[in-house]
Amino acid sequence: MKEKLQKIKADALAAINSDNADLEQIRIQYLGKKGELTSVLRGMGALSAEERPVVGQIANEVRAEIESALKVKAEAKKDQELQKRLISEKIDVTLPSKAATPGKLHPLVQVQRTIEDIFIGMGFSIAEGPEVEYDYYNFQALNIPENHPARDTQDTFYITDNILLRSQTSPVQVRTMEHQKPPIRVISPGRVYRSDAVDATHSPLFHQVEGLVVDKGITMGDLKGMLETFAKTLFGNDTRLRFRPHHFPFTEPSAEVDVSCFVCGGKGCRVCKNEGWIEILGSGMVHPFVLSNCGIDPEEYSGFAFGMGVERIAMKYYGIDDMRLLYENDTRFLEQF
Amino acid sequence: MNLSRNWLSDFVDVSDISAKDYCDRMTDTGSKVECFEELGADIENVVVAKILKITPHENSDHLQICQVDIGDKVVQIVTGAQNIFEGAIVPAAIPVAKLPGDITIKAGKLRGVESNGMLCSMGELNLTEHDMPGKEPNGILILDNDFADKLGMDIRDALMLKDTVVEFEITSNRPDCLSVIGLARESAVSFERKLNVPTPTVKCVDDGDKIENHLSVAIDAPDLCQKYMARVVKNVKIQPSPLWLRMRLRASGVRPINNIVDITNYVMLEYGQPMHAFDYSCLDGSSIIVRRAGDGESFMSLDDQEHTLDSSMLVIADSKKAVALAGVMGGANSEIKDSTTTVVFESACFLGTSVRVTAKKNGMRTESSARFEKGLDPENCYAGLERACELVELLGAGDVVNGIIDVYPDKKPLTELDFKPEVINAFLGTDVSAEDMANILTSLEFKVEGNKIIAPSFRADIGCMNDVAEEIARIYGYNKIKSSRIKAETTQGGRTPKQKFEVDVENAMCGMGLNQIETFSFISPKYYDKIRLAADSTLRKSVVISNPLGEDTSVMRTTTLPSMLEVLARNYNYNNANVKLFEIGKVYIPTTPDKLPNENKVLSIGMYGDCDFYTVKGVCENILKMAAINEFSVVANPDNASYHPGRCANISVGDKVVGILGEVHPLTLRNYDIDTPVYAAELDFDAIFELMNPNKLYTPLPKYPATTRDFSFVCEEALEVGTIFAEAKKAGGKLVEDVSLFDIYRGPQVGENKKSVSIRVTLRASDRTLTVEEAEKAGAKILKALEAQLGITLRM
Repeated sequence: MKEKLQKIKADALAAINSDNADLEQIRIQYLGKKGELTSVLRGMGALSAEERPVVGQIANEVRAEIESALKVKAEAKKDQELQKRLISEKIDVTLPSKAATPGKLHPLVQVQRTIEDIFIGMGFSIAEGPEVEYDYYNFQALNIPENHPARDTQDTFYITDNILLRSQTSPVQVRTMEHQKPPIRVISPGRVYRSDAVDATHSPLFHQVEGLVVDKGITMGDLKGMLETFAKTLFGNDTRLRFRPHHFPFTEPSAEVDVSCFVCGGKGCRVCKNEGWIEILGSGMVHPFVLSNCGIDPEEYSGFAFGMGVERIAMKYYGIDDMRLLYENDTRFLEQF
Repeated sequence: MNLSRNWLSDFVDVSDISAKDYCDRMTDTGSKVECFEELGADIENVVVAKILKITPHENSDHLQICQVDIGDKVVQIVTGAQNIFEGAIVPAAIPVAKLPGDITIKAGKLRGVESNGMLCSMGELNLTEHDMPGKEPNGILILDNDFADKLGMDIRDALMLKDTVVEFEITSNRPDCLSVIGLARESAVSFERKLNVPTPTVKCVDDGDKIENHLSVAIDAPDLCQKYMARVVKNVKIQPSPLWLRMRLRASGVRPINNIVDITNYVMLEYGQPMHAFDYSCLDGSSIIVRRAGDGESFMSLDDQEHTLDSSMLVIADSKKAVALAGVMGGANSEIKDSTTTVVFESACFLGTSVRVTAKKNGMRTESSARFEKGLDPENCYAGLERACELVELLGAGDVVNGIIDVYPDKKPLTELDFKPEVINAFLGTDVSAEDMANILTSLEFKVEGNKIIAPSFRADIGCMNDVAEEIARIYGYNKIKSSRIKAETTQGGRTPKQKFEVDVENAMCGMGLNQIETFSFISPKYYDKIRLAADSTLRKSVVISNPLGEDTSVMRTTTLPSMLEVLARNYNYNNANVKLFEIGKVYIPTTPDKLPNENKVLSIGMYGDCDFYTVKGVCENILKMAAINEFSVVANPDNASYHPGRCANISVGDKVVGILGEVHPLTLRNYDIDTPVYAAELDFDAIFELMNPNKLYTPLPKYPATTRDFSFVCEEALEVGTIFAEAKKAGGKLVEDVSLFDIYRGPQVGENKKSVSIRVTLRASDRTLTVEEAEKAGAKILKALEAQLGITLRM
């Protein structure tokens, strides 16, 4: 009987390990109700009381071994099938993607937001004001009386004699100072209008970001420090600044600010027109006339202001050579940013 | 301002400094240089030559063969010019020579005869007949005989063509720098050199005559004329100015005319004092009256333009008529002519704003008015007048009559300020010693006396401590000021909730696949027709620009739809497929004429290609949901002519219409040459922000399962699904969690003007699992209501 059991085991294991083994069929053949092992066990009654437990144990061991072999083989088979499936499921990963394409923010908005975020990080808030503005806020409060020659540099669109399209976002600074006492740290981004015909570098409408700081003890060194931080953040840590004396009626002293060319580092290239420097900012210490006009005592407070053209920076930043592209809104252009 | 460095060297010696270094330093100290030009650099190897012999050319009727003495040798040059003669002194280009316009002259043969150069005309040397008066402009330039001892000399030296011209951009606060002397002063300070401005001296003719015998001056409008000075020159001989003077004018960009006119221009350029010269014989009554023009008074300026004046304008008049528009231009009636024998020189100071307004009203801006309008120094009149008379004597142009007329009704004291070096240092963030500050100021001709500073009369721009600080800073060097960080109270920065919402919306729009655009705020009033806006629409009332660039940018838009359609049309024209765009732009709604308009922000959406009405509707709904506005209605709007009458809707929150969306009307699209359906929306961004629900409170997640009931039924085509949803919700009560659509079918089995609608109702109670009976009951109730209220027929 023992031999019989050993043979069953050997047969069963051989069958399991043979190629194309039908495991379920093997299980039924050996372990099923009418299976070989079962029928052997049925014959156990003929055995002696001494032999019965011994053979029983062997029989159980054989069953266990067959079951275990079946299980291992089944796992292996499953694994094989999975491998086969994975191979059959290989796809062409170079086929075009299906995901919805997100749209793009307009390049001007991207640059404007970058500028805003730099100043927000330095404690600035964002002030907004009307684009259709009183002459008073656009000019007079900024130390540019009627018939002042400085008005020539900003050819202005007028609605009536004293309402115009703002030619700068500075009126927002005046409005801010009228309503808020120092400390003041605001930037005023927005659209401004000048009577320039459209060409590659001019547009009757463009965007500015101006900034204003008013507090006790603000120095011209502070102005330089802040603009340096700004330029380094925007154009990279190696950026150098050059301050040139200039004249704006609402600041004194006034400066135009150049940054070292972020493309060539100052050696001279197409972007900086071989000058190594790119003019990007106007700035200066707020004129005491402007402060006192807004009810701020210039003896107690000082401040600085600065302004930049977003189009100009965006064009330099992205290497755009024609301003008209920014307002054509050709999607082939917009989707590049 | 174009500065001749030759001229500059009369007053300060900076000749050892290269043009580039000169320009850089001047820019650094506040006189911004635009560029510089080396005059004469485009001429090489052109010399003074003498034609010794002329012989005809065998093979040509018009060519002649010249033997030309060029100083060290005689060369043969063939020329086609006819105005030459033996003994003529001419410019000759000797190979290899360069001429303006990148022309190279090489030796060669002309019809078989060797020619070793070219005789030059004035044009070939870039000269005009104004530069070379009395010379033939078309033939070879025949030089005067006094050049005979200069044979072989570089023509640039002989004709004084070499110079460096520096172009300055002078800001409006520094009219004193619109002069050679002003820039010499700045140069001297910038390079720490000595400034040497000689005082003009006038001898006058000693014949016992005096100016009072000839002229009287009265100022009738002292508010517009601070000072008026005049001198008389008699026995004037009008002739061309000498070469050196003409060449300095030429380098400065001023056309030489004749000696007297050139002197006035020369003094204006040198001293910054605009001058005028009248022909004395044309002054009626031997008098000059500075007065306001009469309203309607007519005046012909010396450029022969007729002007009608008014009483805001200042004129220089004689006893009968206006002879000059003060500070702007002289009159044709008294201009210097070849026959002029007696001249009145005017050197005056007129009020800047008056000159500016006068020049503007008459549409003429002159070198003179451009200076006056910035506010000139009355104290400069004297020096300018004296310099003019000195030049008259130097040029032998006439006899200066003894005496000066000087009417000075309004002499202003010099500006005096406190000198507080510590305040200036604290303001600039510098540590400049009081002594260095005083030195800087003194070199700029300020007087520093103890703790007082007195600004020079030519610096009307100095009025407060900041102005003095700027003088210190610019000479000390802006770039030497140490950068620092603000030391102050912290401030709370950041975006306002509305600004944040705008950023969020922009990002969300991009996330939904729309590209952002930027369009002009001004449009053509015709665009209202293009979008088929009703003739009586209030939106046709725009803020109108009084001086627009053109009709198509002449009014501020009251709607963003035209801007969006323009951009879509452009993209359509470029064959760009599947275009989806948005803009957050302003519209400008007029209020009253003397008040500012309301500027409202609009979220404008437009798309064509792979999209339909429900795409744009989805975008709009998502924006409302971003604002946590979950209750809104979309109601068909058949009345907006811009949109398809059957495919347009208003979006409302409560009673407030916050937007319109729809398919753009085919007739509108025809106006934009777009031949594909376009979907658009205009959402009131401000209103949506106002309605934004700021408190987003958590709703507990459901604890009990939901159950669904599906219904398919047939109804009238005209019945809106929104109505079915609303009725189902109403009938089902609070057990209804959601109603959704899963199919709409139209076909012959449904019947004409009918549709089959399949909806799914989700039912849930928050406190228990619904029993089958409860769900059945609710479903039956909904069905009954739909049948009773909306006339649906259940499909089996």
